[in-house]
Amino acid sequence: MTISWPTRATEHNPLMNLTCLFRPSSMAVIGVSTSHDSHPANVIYNKNHLRYPVQTFAVNPKGGQLNREPLYRSVADIEIPVDLAVIAVRARFVPEVVSQCIDKGVKGAVIISGGFAESGGRDLQKQVTDMAAGADFPVMGPNCLGIYSPDAVDTFFLPGERIINPKKGNIGFVSQSGGVLVDQMVKFAGEGIGVSSAVSIGNKACLRETDMIDWFEQDLATRVIAFYIEGFDCREGRDFIKRAEACSKPVVVLKAGKTARGSAAASSHTASMAGDYRVFSQIMQQHCVAEADTEYELTSFCEALSCYPRGIFGNVGIVSVSGGHGVVAADACGHHGLDIPKIGASTAAAIRSRLSPEIREIAALDNPLDLTGSCVDADILTSVRHLSRDQNLDCILALLLPYSPGISADIGAKLSQVARNEGKPLIAYVPKEDKYKIITEGFALNKIPVASSVEGAVLMAKALKRCRPW
Amino acid sequence: MVMTSKMQKIIAETQPMGWILEPQAKELLTECGLGIPKGIVTDSLDTAQKFLAANAGPVVIKAVSADIVHKTEHQAVVTGIQDPDTLAEHMERLLSLKGCSQVLVEEMVSGIEILVGGKNDTQFGPVVVLGPGGTGVELYNDTAIRMAPVKPTDVYSMVDSLGAKPVFQGFRGRPGVNMEALVHLLVTFSGLIMDLEPFFESIDLNPVICTPERCVVADARIMLF
Repeated sequence: MTISWPTRATEHNPLMNLTCLFRPSSMAVIGVSTSHDSHPANVIYNKNHLRYPVQTFAVNPKGGQLNREPLYRSVADIEIPVDLAVIAVRARFVPEVVSQCIDKGVKGAVIISGGFAESGGRDLQKQVTDMAAGADFPVMGPNCLGIYSPDAVDTFFLPGERIINPKKGNIGFVSQSGGVLVDQMVKFAGEGIGVSSAVSIGNKACLRETDMIDWFEQDLATRVIAFYIEGFDCREGRDFIKRAEACSKPVVVLKAGKTARGSAAASSHTASMAGDYRVFSQIMQQHCVAEADTEYELTSFCEALSCYPRGIFGNVGIVSVSGGHGVVAADACGHHGLDIPKIGASTAAAIRSRLSPEIREIAALDNPLDLTGSCVDADILTSVRHLSRDQNLDCILALLLPYSPGISADIGAKLSQVARNEGKPLIAYVPKEDKYKIITEGFALNKIPVASSVEGAVLMAKALKRCRPW
Repeated sequence: MVMTSKMQKIIAETQPMGWILEPQAKELLTECGLGIPKGIVTDSLDTAQKFLAANAGPVVIKAVSADIVHKTEHQAVVTGIQDPDTLAEHMERLLSLKGCSQVLVEEMVSGIEILVGGKNDTQFGPVVVLGPGGTGVELYNDTAIRMAPVKPTDVYSMVDSLGAKPVFQGFRGRPGVNMEALVHLLVTFSGLIMDLEPFFESIDLNPVICTPERCVVADARIMLF
């Protein structure tokens, strides 16, 4: 006898076209104030109107003027089609405004306003969810910062002079929390990592993490999809995993809320052993979603995976011009679960025969390789070339200390070329100093990841290990 | 996997109580093809003693009581019983425990003790848990967790990730776990908990006793919603 059990409540929505949200041509900001210049809607209106290539319209039902221009009383009064509505009116007015947007044929909305499920307004939120679903009207939020797409749109209500925006790049970053999103953007900017878009999804009444995977997977500007996750709703984790597993781009997650809660009353060994975070973390690992343990790791993971979208098993070869750095890297590899296997005898022989005479006898060719401070560019290129051909290794770390006189300013570009030709992931460490920038850029412009610390380079290899090896 | 009418009946009968007692839990597991020790449920000393006499080795007896969820804490399990007098003495004590009108008498299987668990996780749905078993599970704190249903390769990677991996492989001359049997157990169990998703909160198969030949579920407890 076959029995059909109840099906899951949260089946995945088909893909919506979200270009209207991420790259709008026209937008209405609804709820601007005629009396408070720092009202969130005013900040959003001003920054987009003045600094982004999007035609922006200010709306307030009471009419009046802003910047000596008359306000629109309703989105319906705007003369041209509107791609995006940014809604920043009081929660109780939101359903009516959404309805007006749908009637006008607006293509999507970001609802900045709070006062929904996060503070008891579940019914109000459901009303919005139902309206949006009924009209195939994509809605971000409510209770969110919305979307920052460099050179396209910025719905964050934070004044431009106060925030640090990362440059345009290839990370699609998604966060439930707006605060964490902004904080992470500062870190990305500090590390020179760019975003294709950064999104705060807030209460995720309509668009959720899974929709963001769909959007960023087809977005040509995005190479890595990164999430800051506080928690999933009932069974939503399962949908997320299925979607992430099928995604052709690496998915990185950072989880908040890792500490165990109330397991004292657990009724079984299993329940007490399988706490929420442990389940989360092991399932991410099972399905090759790269979980970063800290914010610092998240940055390294994004950088590494934007260069190498495929995973490794984690057998690392290390080349250093200083024995000490080799040991530090080897320790960090051990700490992060990476192996440093012995290199093949033929690899060592091939390298030694090609080293410059000054170091041929003194270089230590065990993994980690110590080429000594007397080596020159050609020795490093030779070592990386032959390590790349060693079957025991699937990733190479090059620890480059430009203080060493034999290393030239061209080492970044030259070594990148070797790595491109050999096709094995290379990760470089170069101290972060302005005078070495030419080396760093030599790598970065050729899409070879560069870390500013030895630990950072190891974390990049760890990122690759947490992805699916193909 | 398809739930048989017997499995549905067990669930329907036990749902009001909130959990499934060991004998019925084992019936359910047997229905889906998992191995359990030979045994009987009885209130008769005579029947119990006959089982002991017919059994090749020692037996274990356990109280069957709706009031006892954690048997160890009530000294409701006695292992290694070899003679009829000892059996009589312990059986009398167990039958005097709260809510206990019958005992489960089973052959004693020895081998490596492991925990196989199922949790109905709020975020991910049914997940399978594997680790070293026994009464010290929380002390070892050594578990592998995967989303159900699992594939055979998942089972290998689960064992691989455990601190107790050497024990599973055979440690210091002791035989290891039959991996084929373990794969069968976990794959089948993960299918079962997918079917049980609307009903169960968590499941402990603890211990499952693993020998070089087979995996036997020595104790089972199914907590329902």
